[in-house]
Amino acid sequence: MQNLNEIRAKYQQQYKEKISRPRIVVGLGTCGIAAGGDKVMAALKEQVAARGLDVDIDFTSCIGMCYREPMVEIALPGAPSVLYGDIFADKIEKLLESHIVNNTPVYEWAAFQIPGEATPYEGIDIMDQSSYYSKQVRSVTSRLGRTNPESIADYMATGGYEGIEKALKVDSKAVIEEVKKSGLRGRGGGGFPTGVKWSFVAPGEKKYAVCNADEGDPGAFMDRSILEGDPHAVLEGMMIAGYAIGADEGYIYCRAEYPLAIKRLNMAIAQAEEHGLLGDNILDSGFNFRIKIKAGAGAFVCGEETALLNSIEGLRGMPRVRPPFPAIKGLFGKPTVLNNVETYANVPFIIRNGSDWYAAMGTEKSKGSKVFCLTGKVNNTGLMEVPMGITLRDIIFTIGGGIQDDKQFKAVQSGGPSGGCIPAAHLDTPIDYDSLGALGAIMGSGGLVVMDEGTCMVDVAKFFLNFTQLESCGKCTPCREGTKRMLEILQRICDGQGEMEDIDTLDRLCRVIKSSALCGLGQTCPNPIATTLRYFRDEYEAHIKDKRCPAGVCSALLQYTILVDVCTGCGACLRACPAGAITGEKKEPHKIDTELCIKCGGCIQKCKFDAIVKA
Amino acid sequence: MASCTCGETTDQSKEAAMQELFDQYRDYKGGLIPVLQEAQNIYGYLPKEVLQQIAKEMRIPFSKVFGVCTFYAQFHLKPRGRNIIRVCLGTACHVRGGSKIFEAAQEELGVGQGGTTEDLKFTLETVACIGACGLSPCMMINDDTHGRLQPKQVAGIFKTYE
Repeated sequence: MQNLNEIRAKYQQQYKEKISRPRIVVGLGTCGIAAGGDKVMAALKEQVAARGLDVDIDFTSCIGMCYREPMVEIALPGAPSVLYGDIFADKIEKLLESHIVNNTPVYEWAAFQIPGEATPYEGIDIMDQSSYYSKQVRSVTSRLGRTNPESIADYMATGGYEGIEKALKVDSKAVIEEVKKSGLRGRGGGGFPTGVKWSFVAPGEKKYAVCNADEGDPGAFMDRSILEGDPHAVLEGMMIAGYAIGADEGYIYCRAEYPLAIKRLNMAIAQAEEHGLLGDNILDSGFNFRIKIKAGAGAFVCGEETALLNSIEGLRGMPRVRPPFPAIKGLFGKPTVLNNVETYANVPFIIRNGSDWYAAMGTEKSKGSKVFCLTGKVNNTGLMEVPMGITLRDIIFTIGGGIQDDKQFKAVQSGGPSGGCIPAAHLDTPIDYDSLGALGAIMGSGGLVVMDEGTCMVDVAKFFLNFTQLESCGKCTPCREGTKRMLEILQRICDGQGEMEDIDTLDRLCRVIKSSALCGLGQTCPNPIATTLRYFRDEYEAHIKDKRCPAGVCSALLQYTILVDVCTGCGACLRACPAGAITGEKKEPHKIDTELCIKCGGCIQKCKFDAIVKA
Repeated sequence: MASCTCGETTDQSKEAAMQELFDQYRDYKGGLIPVLQEAQNIYGYLPKEVLQQIAKEMRIPFSKVFGVCTFYAQFHLKPRGRNIIRVCLGTACHVRGGSKIFEAAQEELGVGQGGTTEDLKFTLETVACIGACGLSPCMMINDDTHGRLQPKQVAGIFKTYE
């Protein structure tokens, strides 16, 4: 068998030279670009050229700190590397002048420093010791924000394709055993042990390895970040899976809403083909493997494995009845193994570092690390990789930096439309598949949306049901009809027309749909309702009995009033009201006629004295 | 005899692109969805005649072609604007006021969900998550993502598109 030693040594040398030069690195993941990273890049190139500075300009993908995008890193030889946050194009001039020309970092813009072997600067937080990073681990995300995702040289210089090289030297059964021993479980939501799944694949001439990159859960973007930041790791994971189960063809089903991920995957595939890592007789081992990309066409249900297979086949993306499971009869009727992006991306690390290394992280039943996306009403939104078993409190209050505007934490939603809302009482639950399941939520793909006191839990349940109802494919009755009926009831409650028996009906519908729907989408769609009913029943009752929305969200239940003592009679609200519901003499307290009020909230926005309240 | 040829050249190049597409995907397993995606890129939407041509060339019953393109949110049977605005109403954007962005967009363009402006400049849609939750509320215009939006910025962003 051929090995990659020579080319790897060359790339390692290149990489070493690259990082020993003065360089500026811009974060160009989708989030960085959305925040203005591409404009920063253009300004940098222009000004560095105009001044004739001796500095390299490179880019990387998302380092995970979405709340500080656009991010720029400056590394000078012999000095700590400094990560700057909120760097917009107009800040480039000062940044170059100070850091590159005068060798002094701009302290007030610096987010973190990575000292390496150099003496740290005083007054800048050290990344590994910061509250955001100290509880994190960097394994599957280790290249994110560190290497250039469009360069196979960077990937191979940092241990890339060592996994497949190692795997090809041993028997395919040994590869499956190694993955089994690592304890890796599916990162897409279900948490099925990956090695066991691989061992179920039926014998046959033709088999497929499929990657589910149809990340559709609202509030989840870890797969996008991995695809954009380390596309080769996903390819390598699929190659190892292909070798383990005896497949010669792989498909990546990626949602069309991720154009940058698709572009970088295509580049990675072309580079791997050039290096003889994809194609026939890979590294002279006799193993053939090719990967194709299929762009999804916008249907949430295609994240369900059998619906995804139908979609690749060019059919309507409706789930199939199981059994037979895809491992027996999958894509085009052939045995197929299907895993999620993060699962595949973990595989090369496991094979390279060994299953013991991986199994040392995490809890007894949930091994390794998990990537989460923390969003919603939290100070630090972003991507993070943490060891399994960390508590929700650590994630939200240490890494996430607490709730925005010092408001009160109410709940965290885990697992998207299939997951549930976890209240404050359970913040100290260690995160793993089983404890989240016991709370009625799921790990899901890793989206965590934080909600504060201003979020109405009935409204949240309605939001998710509205989503699943729209995305239900219509094949089975419990899901098609059940989601519709549950949504109607929730709408009624939010409109103040609910009755107490609605709660019992909802409860029953939840149980029936869970046990009778055909696929994962239907079986889990009641979770948002079931968990809010379980933990926030008082809010439902307030909507029904008192016709009151405690969070002040459901507009039909709100009443706007002007505080007589605070109102100065300036007339701003009167002019803003489109319904003519506000009356009052100048410099006298005004009044709102609740009959005429359409509850648009325009008056509150205009009032400078906080004299208008809604309750 | 002289005949009106305006518009014909573009039709011809579109027709040629379609033929190329069929040659590429005719024997490709599961080729219907990529063909529909490419055809929509060529025509901007999927006119009935194009769907009939696809059915014939791909040897797939028209009912199946129609079934597939009505199943997926990505396919459109009516003409669309030159710029597609997709305002995110996913969970993270929802809790951070995504609906206010959508309302501002509706007001600015004078069209509702799924609507296209009369000058065919914009089509306004909603999307359930574009994976930029860290920058919520956000929207996508064509392939550009705009994040950390406030309702009053919306009009200015639209002006930068032709």
